[in-house]
Amino acid sequence: MTGDLLAIVFRAIFVENLALNFLLGVCTYVAVSHRVTTAVGLGIAVTAVQTITVPLNNLIYRHLLAPEALRWAGIVGLDLTFLRFITFIGVIAAGVQVLELALDRYFPRLQHALGVYLPLLTVNCAILGASLFMVQRDYNFSESVAYGFGSGAGWGIAIVLFATIRERIDETEVPQGLRGLGLAFIVTGILAVGFVGLRGLEF
Amino acid sequence: MLSRLISSSRNTLLTPLLDGNPITLQVLGLCSALAVTSSLRPALVMSAAVISVLVFANVTVSLLRHIMPQSIRLIIEVTLIASAVIVVDEVLKAFVPDIAVILSVFVGLIITNCIVLARVESFAMHNGVWASLLDGLGNGLGYAWILLLIGAVRELLGTGSLLGYEVLQLTENGGRFEPNELMLLTPSAFFLLALLVWMIRSLRPAQREQTEQTQSNNRSSGVSL
Repeated sequence: MTGDLLAIVFRAIFVENLALNFLLGVCTYVAVSHRVTTAVGLGIAVTAVQTITVPLNNLIYRHLLAPEALRWAGIVGLDLTFLRFITFIGVIAAGVQVLELALDRYFPRLQHALGVYLPLLTVNCAILGASLFMVQRDYNFSESVAYGFGSGAGWGIAIVLFATIRERIDETEVPQGLRGLGLAFIVTGILAVGFVGLRGLEF
Repeated sequence: MLSRLISSSRNTLLTPLLDGNPITLQVLGLCSALAVTSSLRPALVMSAAVISVLVFANVTVSLLRHIMPQSIRLIIEVTLIASAVIVVDEVLKAFVPDIAVILSVFVGLIITNCIVLARVESFAMHNGVWASLLDGLGNGLGYAWILLLIGAVRELLGTGSLLGYEVLQLTENGGRFEPNELMLLTPSAFFLLALLVWMIRSLRPAQREQTEQTQSNNRSSGVSL
């Protein structure tokens, strides 16, 4: 059982990396990777938000939205799956808000370093994407905890890797038109080639 | 007066195509741009979906902009966008089920596509219905042509065909083209987009990023939707 959960964590981090294999959350990834310290903070924040929201969405989906889920309330023949987008985005927005309050109370320095990017996590596709993948793969509660943690950590590792390379690149001479965005894509592409090499790995 | 109206409408519609392109300049909505472009057909359907959501969200927010309380406007905007996406998702599942399977979670992810929220916040909140409609259409098209271009190149070089029809005859069928399978994998989307950005910035030097200082300024203006 623990072995299965560990396999989900490792698969989410390396084989099915959200940023480099599914290209989710790339906007934030390109925008907030100029400094390694901010990248580390953001990686931690994403991991925390994922570990909270994916299991929460899992509970809501399985007990309220899935076909026949409302049987416990005596309602039969109801399928509310189409409401999942609106529900998930609401849960995520609330989760991010709570995390912001908690950080403000206990880790004000981290909250200050993340600044505007923390509320922006609400519209980060990696967060919503993980919840949608959770539904698609039909994870149960403990699996969804493992998947939420793994996918967040995988995204965090990817952005920290990228930020370390980018700090060096910002100091080098590159062709004018390629500076910034263009080179960021090429570096990410090369990183992604590395992660594609892990595809098909079974744990 | 009329000619001024027409020229301002034309500007709203055409600027996002190249000079203010949402993907290559504003760096918005990259996720789906990269993920659904492994061939042309999903890119086509995705573009249509994003354009309809953008236009719908822009028009409704513009209609509601005077009666919307400032403090809860983000929640209202996201709810409107999510409702539009639900409709689009149901329509795709009903009429093009095979493409809906390929797009999988990426239709739902239009909700968090930064282009939509950015246009709603920065344009539709301050402009009339007609201008907002054009702005949604223009940004949608600016997004679409990049998606279609990358989708076409990846499908052509990756499989030798376009929209499923064989264009370059493969060596296994007696032709001279050997498909490059890297084009079907995710890294190629990054490489192609990088080349495209390089090309546009060589043609339009104003879009270049100069020093690190101006770079971070551009960034923050691009991200602080």
